[in-house]
Amino acid sequence: MTYGNAAFAALADPTRRGVLERLASGPRAVGEIAEGLPVSRPAVSQHLKVLKAAGLVSDRQDGARRIYAIDPNGLGPMRAWLDQFWDEALEAFKAELEREANEIKEINP
Amino acid sequence: MSLAIKPAPVRKSLTVPAPPARAFEVFTAGFGSWWPKSHSIGDSPLKQGVIEGRVGGRWYGALEDGSEQPWGEVLAWEPPSRLVLAWRISTAWAYDPDLLTEVEVTFAPEGAGTRVTLEHRLLENMGDGAEGARASFESDGGWMGLLRLYAEAFS
Repeated sequence: MTYGNAAFAALADPTRRGVLERLASGPRAVGEIAEGLPVSRPAVSQHLKVLKAAGLVSDRQDGARRIYAIDPNGLGPMRAWLDQFWDEALEAFKAELEREANEIKEINP
Repeated sequence: MSLAIKPAPVRKSLTVPAPPARAFEVFTAGFGSWWPKSHSIGDSPLKQGVIEGRVGGRWYGALEDGSEQPWGEVLAWEPPSRLVLAWRISTAWAYDPDLLTEVEVTFAPEGAGTRVTLEHRLLENMGDGAEGARASFESDGGWMGLLRLYAEAFS
């Protein structure tokens, strides 16, 4: 699975989008993220794990707490977007050359 | 905040059924024939993308309303094996002549075809406008909104 697809799959879940939105205003610990969300803290931890694997959030240890953050510049989603962008562009490029190769075969079978 | 997370370059690799010289030619001179119309910025729809074939040549979108939307320029022009484009489009989807990210495309023979590799690097330079990025993150028109649309398409 490419980075981009992992990111999109991670964001397909509305709870995970909620988790990510709570991090938009700054780094937070799991407990703070879970406050106000209609899911348990362990469930939030699981969602954070998926978001981390997709490259959308990072974490660091702060004493007994683990602090989660999106890239302060928010480049994780941008990178994910570019990853998908180039997949699509290069697929189109390849399709153009395949179409050309097929035409050559039709002319010179 | 010293959370300097440097995003890794985006790297892609694929093989295409044409020799490097032809692959390079279609990628550049034939750019308008395959570049997706959806991959554009600006107020008017994209008519076609254009790469001018020389160092310093422009890389831009020719829009339906007759205007041209700059994307960047050609930094390296080495047919049939290598091309480097400057990508100067910010996270707010605007052309910014002071922003530099690089897209390097290489073409290497592989069997009867070509291995094309693409690297989009220096993405960390997009992070200079942190506030703009955050605003973009929060608006539906920004890339977070786009990601959501993609995510919905996948689900």
